Amino acid sequence: MDLTQVLEIASCTDPGMVRSHNEDSIAADAANGLVVLADGMGGYNAGEVASGMATTVIITEMQQILSGSKPYQLDARTNQEVGARLVREQVLKANTSIYQAAQSQPQYAGMGTTLVVCLFYDNRVLVAHLGDSRLYLMRDGKLSQVTRDHSLLQEQIDAGLIAPEQAKNAQHKNLVTKALGIDPTVEPEIHEYATKPGDIYLLCSDGLCDMVDDEDISMTLEALGANLNLAAQQLVQMANDNGGRDNISVILVRVLREYPGARGVMAKVFAWLK
Amino acid sequence: MAKLILSMDGLVLKEIPLTKERTTIGRKPHNDIQIDNLAVSGEHAVIVTILNDSFLEDLGSTNGTVVNGNPIKKHFLQNNDIIELGKYKLKFVGESAPAAAEKADFEKTMVLRPSAMKAAAEQAKAMAAAAGGAQAAVAQRAAAVQHAASTAAAAGIADKDATKTAPTPLAAPVSNPAPAPVPPKPAQPLGAIQLLSGANAGKELELTKPLTTLGKPGVQVAVLTRRPQGYFITHVEGADRPQVNGQRIGPAPHALKDHDMIELAGVKMEFFLKG
Repeated sequence: MDLTQVLEIASCTDPGMVRSHNEDSIAADAANGLVVLADGMGGYNAGEVASGMATTVIITEMQQILSGSKPYQLDARTNQEVGARLVREQVLKANTSIYQAAQSQPQYAGMGTTLVVCLFYDNRVLVAHLGDSRLYLMRDGKLSQVTRDHSLLQEQIDAGLIAPEQAKNAQHKNLVTKALGIDPTVEPEIHEYATKPGDIYLLCSDGLCDMVDDEDISMTLEALGANLNLAAQQLVQMANDNGGRDNISVILVRVLREYPGARGVMAKVFAWLK
Repeated sequence: MAKLILSMDGLVLKEIPLTKERTTIGRKPHNDIQIDNLAVSGEHAVIVTILNDSFLEDLGSTNGTVVNGNPIKKHFLQNNDIIELGKYKLKFVGESAPAAAEKADFEKTMVLRPSAMKAAAEQAKAMAAAAGGAQAAVAQRAAAVQHAASTAAAAGIADKDATKTAPTPLAAPVSNPAPAPVPPKPAQPLGAIQLLSGANAGKELELTKPLTTLGKPGVQVAVLTRRPQGYFITHVEGADRPQVNGQRIGPAPHALKDHDMIELAGVKMEFFLKG
């Protein structure tokens, strides 16, 4: 099912005011309802290599798979939907590619990347993430954070050591506990959420959420929701106006209408038989 | 190194560096900071310092512990916090900020590797025992951070600027104080618009928010953004673009000057700066 008429996607990425190059990488495929954002790390240009590999591998592999099968199809063996498994497999594939490149080429040693992947299908969104890049949801005028960072700071907040409002002043903001490409294997956190027409999904790297308050992000999406491209640019601009200490990447996805998965009669019969 | 400054009635009595992981405060002599005053409990409070973070915890004292005027049970100490114990005051002074350039490096994202954490287990155990309770888990992590960071720096992995951190292998990424807070927005004159035509003619609107939308949704909407450089108007939606001083603006944000005339969805308004 082609989702270009269902999803409006706008994105913007910027090196910020301090860094000389952009280690973030973003990619979107509206037809397949897939968006990917990665924030790379590693010496020299290795961060860019890692994040670029992550987005490229996931987008191209998923495109190939989605041309043949649908994420809401049931797996013949497990009788579960294949979506989550497919996304997980592609994330692992990207992990392996980055890890092997880092192992085989000394200039890439230790590179890695954070990741947020969203796959929209059947009135739902499947979210996989690693590290401190985030997904927010703007629904009915309220902004909420969908993903929970894999970071030391988040663990400190969970342990009750730091109040969320103190988190802005905390140290070790930059330490993530999970990332793609660092170890031979990794387990992405995957969840599924129901979408509603009018929802705006915001994928961003920490360059945005560290520099711009949630309140200001919310205000921007509320005020400029009618023009997603402008909203994306405005968010990046606000991060830069506040100092822009890191690379800033933003992907905005608006759900325009319902998009139920077109299940054939045969699929229903099969599901019923099992 | 963070420190505490003990004072009474504005008189500085002592400076106490927080060198230990656990610094106890109380009336009894075995405390690290002894305050011989009946308002202070025998074991009154403790400050747990993990790397550069210091946490104050009340140990069920009779008269309680007050930080900046608020009674607390547990508190993440910030620079210049004032801890009150009876008539005594303890001022918490965090580490001084290093050069800005140095900081930029440290803010780069790094990974805590599970393998590195395992290697740090022993170190963590000692710390966890000292920290106790809820802090144990974090202490464990903190030790792992330290270890991970030092291995990262030494091996040149995971840190985006390994070359720069390599000369000080044990140190740096963990020992930086919190990144400087977002610099305060430079003072700029407040802008406002006054409607000159339409139903609300004469009405004035102050532009205090970073974003203010104007117009009729679905017909023509523009946004006024407040930035350090000044105010800008940008077209958001509608077939027609707003006009400034009779000129239709382009798709890019248009900088507004004092007494610019804006025309939007058939309504004229004047932008001006308040002194």
